[in-house]
Parts: sequence; structure tokens; C-alpha cells
Amino acid sequence: MDYHFNFNFVWRYADKLYWGLLLSLEIAFVSILIGMVIGLGLALAYTGGGRLVRTAIAAYVEFIRNVPLLLLVYLVFYGIPSAGGFAYDAQTSFVATLALYSGAYLVEVFRAGLDAIPKGLIDAGKSIGLTPWQRFLYVRMPMMFRIVLPSLSNVYVSLFKDTSLAYVIAVPELTYGANWIKTNTFRVIEVWLVVWPMYLVTCYVLLHGLRLLERRFSLVRR
Amino acid sequence: MSQSLVQIRGVKKSFGTTRVLDGVDLDVAKGEVVCVIGPSGSGKTTLLRCINLLETYDDGSIKVDSVEVGYEDGSGSRKRRSERALAPIRADIGMVFQLFNLFPHLSALENVTLGLTKVRGISKAEAKDRATHWLTRVGLADKLQSLPSQLSGGQQQRVGIARAVAMGPKVLLLDEITSALDPELVGEVLSVVQGLAKDGMTMIVVTHEMTFARDVGSRIVFMDDGRVQIDGPSREVLANAASHERLKSFLARIEMKH
Ligand SMILES: Nc1ncnc2c1ncn2[C@@H]1O[C@H](COP(=O)(O)OP(=O)(O)O)[C@@H](O)[C@H]1O
Ligand SMILES: [Mg+2]
Repeated sequence: MDYHFNFNFVWRYADKLYWGLLLSLEIAFVSILIGMVIGLGLALAYTGGGRLVRTAIAAYVEFIRNVPLLLLVYLVFYGIPSAGGFAYDAQTSFVATLALYSGAYLVEVFRAGLDAIPKGLIDAGKSIGLTPWQRFLYVRMPMMFRIVLPSLSNVYVSLFKDTSLAYVIAVPELTYGANWIKTNTFRVIEVWLVVWPMYLVTCYVLLHGLRLLERRFSLVRR
Repeated sequence: MSQSLVQIRGVKKSFGTTRVLDGVDLDVAKGEVVCVIGPSGSGKTTLLRCINLLETYDDGSIKVDSVEVGYEDGSGSRKRRSERALAPIRADIGMVFQLFNLFPHLSALENVTLGLTKVRGISKAEAKDRATHWLTRVGLADKLQSLPSQLSGGQQQRVGIARAVAMGPKVLLLDEITSALDPELVGEVLSVVQGLAKDGMTMIVVTHEMTFARDVGSRIVFMDDGRVQIDGPSREVLANAASHERLKSFLARIEMKH
């Protein structure tokens, strides 16, 4: 029981962790942004679409949600390029994967949000003469976002943690950086003792920020 | 012949196989306050919702200020108006809802200004003035910035009235606007409506408040089984109620609830 902690190696390569965390955040941000566009677009298409559209969207959602993310990461990085005869870099591939993945979850979130808008508000919008587009802009969207904000927080945090899977295709994000230091210094425990709170604190800050947003947009008080 | 502001002829409406409106005829002249009464399920709400096309009617005609609301004018075949084409027609027909239906994410003031700026194209500053005027008129000058959730039912309903009236509608539809309120809040809402009546606002008022119908209504329309059964001057209708079996038993049932 005389393991001597030595963090010097970790500090020496700290920039790998620092830049890794930034890249993790960037990947999460961009994929969620694209995922939101996918999710919102499909949720609206689902709500207003016919059977065929609905079936196609449901199939997409079911497919993504019932396949482990790791498998999707491999599929998009190795599978699709080799089948299509082209290549893209690992980071692009991972962002695409996470965007498709978050899109599938966000469709469900947004769809539930759209369904939860009281019918009476749409009637009220009609009764003052708002056009369908104005009702969308000034009634449905703001209501939907307020309804889904709490569930969005959870999706965001879990997607941020999912960025760690990018390390399997050598995207130099935080987990990849940690692994690199571990392999090159054999300081396993020290590395994880540093990286673990980095994830923890980031998630906490994210969640806290989103809670503030929820409070700002609360329907109960300002 | 002076044309009615609202002219309803032979309107029929079914939900699935249930016929809810079975040939409704009704005329409302400018400045009239028509109180619609009748048992629950007789089609009062559906009739109001047909007038501003929140429901489509299957048959017959509804004209507001000589414009057929549900269908395009002209050609013989009935072509339903698009939602987009309906918007300006609806803007001229105000509606106040039983459950208020205020936009919960907007303040009282914003609830009123939304239609003024987006539909009427009025500048923000002028819309604010106009909204403030109406909210003051309904006694909510100190609640402009409140969210609906911070208001009592009676206050919310008064915002609902201000939102509808501020648009300057040709006719105002009110659907049991006090029936979701605690009894002690009914008065403050009805007195606002009474004020509007005094100003000459044309209104179709679905209500169970018989005192209001008698004192404020120009006419009472009794609906049952999806039809207008009785239509006449308020006091006359109530005075002759004894001779009409259905109206008599309806009034007796209301009486008991109060
Ligand atoms: N959207 C709807 N779908 C099916 N049935 C409806 C719908 N709206 C109303 N109804 C039915 O139509 C009848 C008349 O309803 P309504 O117009 O609300 O009556 P009232 O307002 O006089 O109580 C009722 O039997 C009701 O169940
Ligand atoms: Mg009703």
C-alpha cells in the first residue's frame, strides 16, 4: 500500500486535457445545434405530416435509439465511407454521428412539447387573427421551448458526456487526452483523478446554466 | 332593408355522426347584445366557434358584415378558405374564452399588444398605449407586467376581454366567460361586459347568468337540440317562459344551481 501519487506528469501534459475539454465542448455544442435543427424539423414534419412521413420519422428514431452509440460511431466512421468510397476526418464523422443521435432524441422531446401546447392557445392565436406562421413564431415555438426546457437540460448533459466516445476514433477530446497521458506516463490513477472532476464540474456548470435559463423563461414568475 | 351584421342561415355541423347544429338561423344587428342560453351540449359553443371558423360548418351560411366567413365568395362550389385567408376575417371577430386562453408566456400587456402589432401592424409604442388604455379600462392598470399565472381568474378573464376588444372587432363572441370563475369574481367581469354593451359593442354572449341576460341583453336566444328554439327580446322571452316547456325546465334547473 505504498503507491506514491505523482501528478507532475499530468501537469506536464495538462494542455492535452485543456484542449481536449474545449474540443469536447465544441463537439457537443455543434452536434446539439445540428441535432436541434433535425429534431425540430422532424417533430414539425411529424406533427403536420401524413402516414408515410410519420412512419419514416418513427423508423429513424427507433433505429438510432435501439443501437448503441458506440456502434453508430463505428458505422459512420468506417462503414459509410467504405460503402460510399469516400472519406472524412474523424471529428466531422463524430459530429455527424452525435448530431444524428441527438436528433433522434430531440424529435421525441420536441414532439411531446408540441403536443403539450394547450389547444386553447392556438384557438386564441387564431381568434386575434394570427396567420399560421405567426402562430408558429409567437405562440407555438415559445410555448414549446418553455415546456421542453427541463428535458433539454438532461439531453444536453448526457450528450456532453457522450462526446467521450469520440476517443475510439482518435478525436483528441478530453477522454482521448487522458488516455494519451495514461499510455505515455502510466500514471493511471492521477490522470483519472484530474479528468473525472473536469467532467463533473463541466456537467454541473452546464446544468446550472440551463436551470437559470429555465427560471428566466418560467411561466410562473419572472 | 338593413342588413344584419351577423347573419346565420341554416347552419349544420356534425362531429362524426353526431349532429350538433341542426339548421341554426340567427341575425344580430349592429350594437345588439344577443344572449344565447340553453342546456349543456345544445351546441352553443360550437355555434360561436363556427362564427370565427374555429370549427368549420358543413352546411348553411354565416356572414359577418356581408362576408361569408367559411367559404370563398363567388363560384358555385363551396371552397373552404385557407387558414391564411381566414386570419384577417378572424381579426375582425373578437372571442373571449371560457378558460381565458391567455398566452402564458406573455405579460398582460403583451397578450394585448401581440395582435395589435403583428396583425394590425400598429407600431410598438402605439400598441402599448392602446393596450394600456384597454387594460386600464378593465381595471388592470397596475397589472400590465404580470404574467397570467400571477393573476386571479377574474383578472385573467379581463385581460382576455381587453385582448379581444383592443383589436377593434366588429363583433365580440363570449363563451360562458364567467363559468370558470369563483362566484365572487363573476361581478367584476360582467360589469366590464356591461360597459362594452353601453358603448354599443355588438356581442353574442353565451351565458347562464340570467340576471345579466335580462338586464344587459337586447335579445335572448334559447338553443336546444342544435337549433334555435326561441328568439326574442330578453324581458319578453323571460316573461313568457312559463308557456314554453323546455325553456321553463331549463330555467328551473339553472335556478337550482344558484
Ligand atoms: N371537437 C368535438 N368533437 C366531438 N364532439 C364535440 C366536439 N365539440 C363538441 N362536441 C359535442 O357537440 C355537442 C355540443 O357541444 P357544445 O357546442 O360544446 O355545447 P354547449 O356549449 O351548448 O354545451 C356536445 O355533445 C359535445 O360533446
Ligand atoms: Mg359550451
